[in-house]
Amino acid sequence: MTCLANEIAAAVQAAYSTQTPLNILGAGTKSFLGQQDLDGKPLDVTGHNGIIEYDPAELVMVARAGTPLKHIEKALAEHHQMLGYEPPFVDSGATLGGSVAAGLAGPRRAYAGSVRDFILGANFVNGKGETITAGGKVIKNVAGFDLFRPMARSMGTLGVLLKIALRVSPLPEIEKTLLHEEHDERTALKKMNQWVTGTQAISATAWDGEIIRIRLSGSASGVEHARSLIGGEYLTGGDYWHDLNNFKLDFFQQPGRLWRVSVAPMSEPLGENLNQLIDWGGAQRWLISDDPPDEIRSRASQLGGHAECFSKDNEVATFHPLKGSLLAVNQRFKAALDPAGILNPGRLYPERQINGD
Amino acid sequence: MSRTKTSSDPLIAQLRSVLPDSCIVADAVSMKPYECDGLSAYRQMPRVVLLPESVEQVQAIMKICQQSGTPVVPRGAGTSLSGGAMPHKNGVVLSLARLNQILQIDADNRTARVQAGVRNLQISEAVQHLGLYYAPDPSSQIACTIGGNVAENAGGVHCLKYGLTVHNILQVKMVGLDGELVSLGSSALDSPGYDLLALLMGSEGMLGIVVEVLVRLLPRPKVARVLMAAYDDIGKAGNAVASVIAAGVTPGGFEMMDQAAIRAVEGFVNAGYPTDATAILLCELDGTEEDVAAQIGKVEKLLATSGATDIRLASDENERIRFWSGRKNAFPAMGRISPDYYCMDGTIPRKELGRVLTQISAMSGKYGLRVANVFHAGDGNLHPLILYDASRPDEFQRAEAFGAEILDLCVAVGGTITGEHGVGVEKIDRMCVQFDQVSLSQFTAIRRAFDPDGLLNPDKAVPTLARCAEFNAMHVHHGELPHPELERF
Repeated sequence: MTCLANEIAAAVQAAYSTQTPLNILGAGTKSFLGQQDLDGKPLDVTGHNGIIEYDPAELVMVARAGTPLKHIEKALAEHHQMLGYEPPFVDSGATLGGSVAAGLAGPRRAYAGSVRDFILGANFVNGKGETITAGGKVIKNVAGFDLFRPMARSMGTLGVLLKIALRVSPLPEIEKTLLHEEHDERTALKKMNQWVTGTQAISATAWDGEIIRIRLSGSASGVEHARSLIGGEYLTGGDYWHDLNNFKLDFFQQPGRLWRVSVAPMSEPLGENLNQLIDWGGAQRWLISDDPPDEIRSRASQLGGHAECFSKDNEVATFHPLKGSLLAVNQRFKAALDPAGILNPGRLYPERQINGD
Repeated sequence: MSRTKTSSDPLIAQLRSVLPDSCIVADAVSMKPYECDGLSAYRQMPRVVLLPESVEQVQAIMKICQQSGTPVVPRGAGTSLSGGAMPHKNGVVLSLARLNQILQIDADNRTARVQAGVRNLQISEAVQHLGLYYAPDPSSQIACTIGGNVAENAGGVHCLKYGLTVHNILQVKMVGLDGELVSLGSSALDSPGYDLLALLMGSEGMLGIVVEVLVRLLPRPKVARVLMAAYDDIGKAGNAVASVIAAGVTPGGFEMMDQAAIRAVEGFVNAGYPTDATAILLCELDGTEEDVAAQIGKVEKLLATSGATDIRLASDENERIRFWSGRKNAFPAMGRISPDYYCMDGTIPRKELGRVLTQISAMSGKYGLRVANVFHAGDGNLHPLILYDASRPDEFQRAEAFGAEILDLCVAVGGTITGEHGVGVEKIDRMCVQFDQVSLSQFTAIRRAFDPDGLLNPDKAVPTLARCAEFNAMHVHHGELPHPELERF
């Protein structure tokens, strides 16, 4: 439990006055994401940590950004609660701030919500070294701009997170995984999206080309009812969803670039004979492919979605490029928070793109 | 006969080059209904009211307004309870009411693409045959528009389980002050770039004009059942709510009413509430038959253990609707026992409920005005209804001062000045209590990033530092905010 809020604000102030780029560091578990040619001055925020407030009956936790998720999940589990967005890399030391900044959510995302959906408020240091408060620690709050939500997926380019208030979720009474055989992609997508109309127990679905795995969470009777609706056998042993969430499945160990394609769940297949693993009921499609990046991105765009390259590769940008009026509003928004462009410059998009040079 | 023919306003002449006369309202009689929204104590006649029928017309209007430096006040159905749609005297009111088409329903992906002026309830009605609905249900849902819901991040009775507007919208098309159409979000669950879609939610018309929205639809729960529990003590009722939530149950709706509200409502709709109770809880559980049965057993036990004097399970759908009719008619019921009422909208951490209600009761004595409380108990959103008579001198001023003191208390116990009604013109000074100067300056910088000329819904939602300085000079004693002992979030 250490508070370094003043020290962090002072470091950013100093960097602002000298126009020195900063490279904000958490535990580094997601260093493979985003452009890596950063030569900013390191600003380690892991020392700013600790749970500040947790009252299980309020469903709210407030913690400093450097707090390891492991500590948070342990405190929550003692009261049969959990982080609803199921962040990855908890075992390898990921921090709360890093999980928000990268905005990665686990298999539960399509059924429970994303990282930004669970944030209630935050304190952060903007690019001028000022400590800004947005939101609060109550579930319903419409005072002021919700600047805390765009912190998710911003890769640290909008502010240095200090303190985050989260809505937390009850742990389900029981959780089981069903195996349901299906070889056709369109049928698999259809099934995954139809089952949810008959039960609220589904908390994850994934299809690997042969089998649909369905995670059921809830009361014993609710889970049994869902099983009778879907059919199939229960999976025994292993922790499939943890391995999927942490890139530990055999699928992820294959050679070739790993792409994350985000589309509407019932979108057409990305192509024929793909090496893919479909998650989030069809909304997140993991693809291993050395096809030209532009082709993959353009296919995702055609379907109304976007593609991110999750392999560390200096030749390929992680994030999908922005264009036209959307790029312009992104640039103006970024400049309003970080006018000198010193926060993780280039991590999300090449500097000249997001700062409009 | 053209309704605009008497006007010699050069702005109106320019607008007529891009809009047919039928889209321009400029005479005083026809503009009268637009002089206020649901907060009728604040009124202002606009310069002109515009009712565009296409996105292109909205773009053309915005270009003219930017070039001529004309303020723009967007308006949906005008149901705001915070004066968010109150006109600006030199400005246009831009009504989106005629952009009222449901453009596409995608049953496979469970989404609907609708124009901004489509009414909230209209969406659920249009997809009912598919077994789907749009979850956020503000009490004005029969009238309020989806564009207005985006601007206010509207909530409702079911948002503890099913989320606010922000959790149920995938994409918004917005016209900027410069007339450019920009699309935020997508049909996928996330999109490249910053999450400006989330920023737009609850931004009260300060960032752009919402013209089209892609909403998520949910499968209708198979079963919904409601429990009513009566208490002889507010604290016990508050503890009962905490115990249900702590036990891992997320009710579809979880509401509390105090005795003043119960009695007003019973006299109005006969919902079957016990009028001798100090407080009642309504707890609705929904889902599959199996889930609901399991949860009802659990919740009944918790309510009994927490000291309920009476627990009733609605025996059928009719009784369920009757139980809810009381809560849903709480506001009109006040109209029966008082000429006017002023509805507040603070949110507090639930554990502070007892303390806050005790202090509100003391304030009621101090200001000499009655108050009734209805409460979205599950998420801590409190609606004190202050009863007053506008025809008596200074009663509205007293009601306002009473309301302001309630909001200061909400902030002091770790809550917020508005849970779902928005800041608008009504609570703009209270923003100076909830946020410090650098945060307010940051909000203004965000606003300027989208609206460099300060023309989008000006003088609302985010106070200037000058305004706060003036406010603090009047309200802060010895340089301290109310309740200085409590740390602001």
